[in-house]
Amino acid sequence: MTESPPLLRVRDLKTYFVTEHGSGTARAVDGVSFDVRPGETLGIVGESGCGKTVTSLSILRLIPEPPGHIRPGSFIEFEGRNILTLEPKELRAVRGNQIAMIFQEPMTSLNPVFTVGDQIAEAAIVHQHLSHAAARRRAIEMLQLVGIPDPEERVDHYPHQMSGGMRQRVMIAMALVCHPKLLIADEPTTALDVTIQAQILELLERLQAELGMAVMLITHDLGVVAGTTDRVVVMYAGQVVEQASTVELFARPLHPYTEGLLASVPRLDAPQQGRARGRLHSIPGQVPAATAWPDGCRFHPRCPYAWDRCRAEEPPLLESGAHTARCWLLAEPQRRSSPAPQP
Amino acid sequence: MHGPASTMSPTLPALLSVHDLVKHFPGERAWLGLGRPRNVVRAVDGVSFAIPPGQTLGLVGESGCGKSTTGRAILRLVEPDGGRVTLDGIDVLMLAPRELRALRRRMQIVFQDPYGSLNPRMTIRQMLAEPLVIHHIATGADAERRIAALLEEVGLNTGMARSYPHELSGGQRQRVGIARALSVEPEFLVLDEPVSALDVSVQAQVLNLLVELQERRGLTYLFIAHDLAVVKHIADQVAVMYLGKIVERAPAGALYAAPRHPYTTSLLSAVPVPDPQAQRNRIVLAGDVPSPVRPPAGCPFHPRCPHPKKNERCRTEPPALREVAPGQLAACHFAEEPL
Repeated sequence: MTESPPLLRVRDLKTYFVTEHGSGTARAVDGVSFDVRPGETLGIVGESGCGKTVTSLSILRLIPEPPGHIRPGSFIEFEGRNILTLEPKELRAVRGNQIAMIFQEPMTSLNPVFTVGDQIAEAAIVHQHLSHAAARRRAIEMLQLVGIPDPEERVDHYPHQMSGGMRQRVMIAMALVCHPKLLIADEPTTALDVTIQAQILELLERLQAELGMAVMLITHDLGVVAGTTDRVVVMYAGQVVEQASTVELFARPLHPYTEGLLASVPRLDAPQQGRARGRLHSIPGQVPAATAWPDGCRFHPRCPYAWDRCRAEEPPLLESGAHTARCWLLAEPQRRSSPAPQP
Repeated sequence: MHGPASTMSPTLPALLSVHDLVKHFPGERAWLGLGRPRNVVRAVDGVSFAIPPGQTLGLVGESGCGKSTTGRAILRLVEPDGGRVTLDGIDVLMLAPRELRALRRRMQIVFQDPYGSLNPRMTIRQMLAEPLVIHHIATGADAERRIAALLEEVGLNTGMARSYPHELSGGQRQRVGIARALSVEPEFLVLDEPVSALDVSVQAQVLNLLVELQERRGLTYLFIAHDLAVVKHIADQVAVMYLGKIVERAPAGALYAAPRHPYTTSLLSAVPVPDPQAQRNRIVLAGDVPSPVRPPAGCPFHPRCPHPKKNERCRTEPPALREVAPGQLAACHFAEEPL
């Protein structure tokens, strides 16, 4: 897996937004780098406002300009080509064809006045130049592939005639109609009930194996990350703060933010609590505003280990084997000794 | 709490008891809205439970199962169509509007979306003062003192009293929602998905706050949620709803350790666990929840039920909610042979 060149390389991506009253610049994504390898599932995890969605929209150049812009020096390479310098026509040949995306809320991403069949067929007509009849047959195949019963009938239905889970399946069918090499899934199951979430995650897993595509799964749900990804990138305040294989990250979180997040989740596999139930670990305070990231380490105001160096000096991503974390504790591990949150 | 002496506390008189609660919403009407309503939605269809003082019942289920409507019907924010609700022995459904307003001092609700439930044109101080005035609890300097104490109790800076909701974060808004509910010093709170819209780290803060408040004030909670892990953390008893009915109700320990209804088992198995090496046999239920307009005949869960013994009886005879283990009730013909 490490032999093949990465499918997607993101280097020093900076996507900034000018705020409404010109009062400042929101540095939503601020120097993000990572790779997606062919066929793997990469999880991008973080809380609201960490920059995970802006990262994914930047990869497809879907950032509205203004108010947003991708800063010079940012670099996004897909199969050896820099996406940020593609001409509009070349970009269209990649977007929706080789890289596809699904969003959290299928109802707002589906057009209510077209049948689902028309919407699935559109990409096949545009990118693969299929005839309308062939594209319709393709749409029916896709509905079947994503597990929608009676696809010949459902192809003529409108989005409002379907349940939330069905609509998410339609979104997946639309995204996969051109057999993309990379699927970006932004919180694909967040709006769904847990039994439907299980169906959709299983479907994505099956399709990934069948079609051999890479998946970039953006989520806030550590349970979903644990169950479906090969590697994880943890984001906080517009930066990557930790990166590791999924097994390694959950076994040995290195960044205090990751450690705190893991400890904050109420767990179904925790022992039953009695009346004198313990408190959940919580990370004090909240995510700072993107217009005013703290100096030094951006997590230091909420960090139980922070010392002078953290307040003054921003840590780079430091390595510990195949695991990286943006934290001075990797340079001064003896500091971890005292106030450790218990995951 | 889940010691041998207190499994479901049948000896403790309940603070809140709900018996056979029913709420049906009329569906669309034929003939330009003039005909008889058809397609009645059986949102809550015979729900019963009791919560002893100082305890928490977690009411869980998927969207549309009727859990929120149950919470609202108990407070008569929607008028139930039948059943009986008592709070501390008072028959809530029989009260005249004036008496009901007085009783609302003793029972309050916190909503999921604190932004949608806070008036954007009012400051936090105004929102907290309003219930004090309406219920003739305090005015003037006394009200100010109470507001400051409330803010402090829910972990907000007293300086925040002058803020408007849009100036606060999601977690802070939810703290305001809790403070407002507490301002009239209720005994019973309906918490309707109170942490679902919050980020994980903030969710933990608010859950801890709810536990602290319960211990300090002796509050009784109906905690409505879809997240079974959150409910496991906070609830003493759990009731699982499906299509307007409770399909299983038990002390939390028993329900999580040994669920008796196949729907509970499936729900539990579908929750993602933050451990990549967890060995799990996930049961993936087929299909969607059926429409509550036309619930399936027999057991409402039978079309999706993964139980290997599912048979004709499941398709025709609705199973009663019955006690299958001490304190543990399940509505399944095969509750003695759980999945």
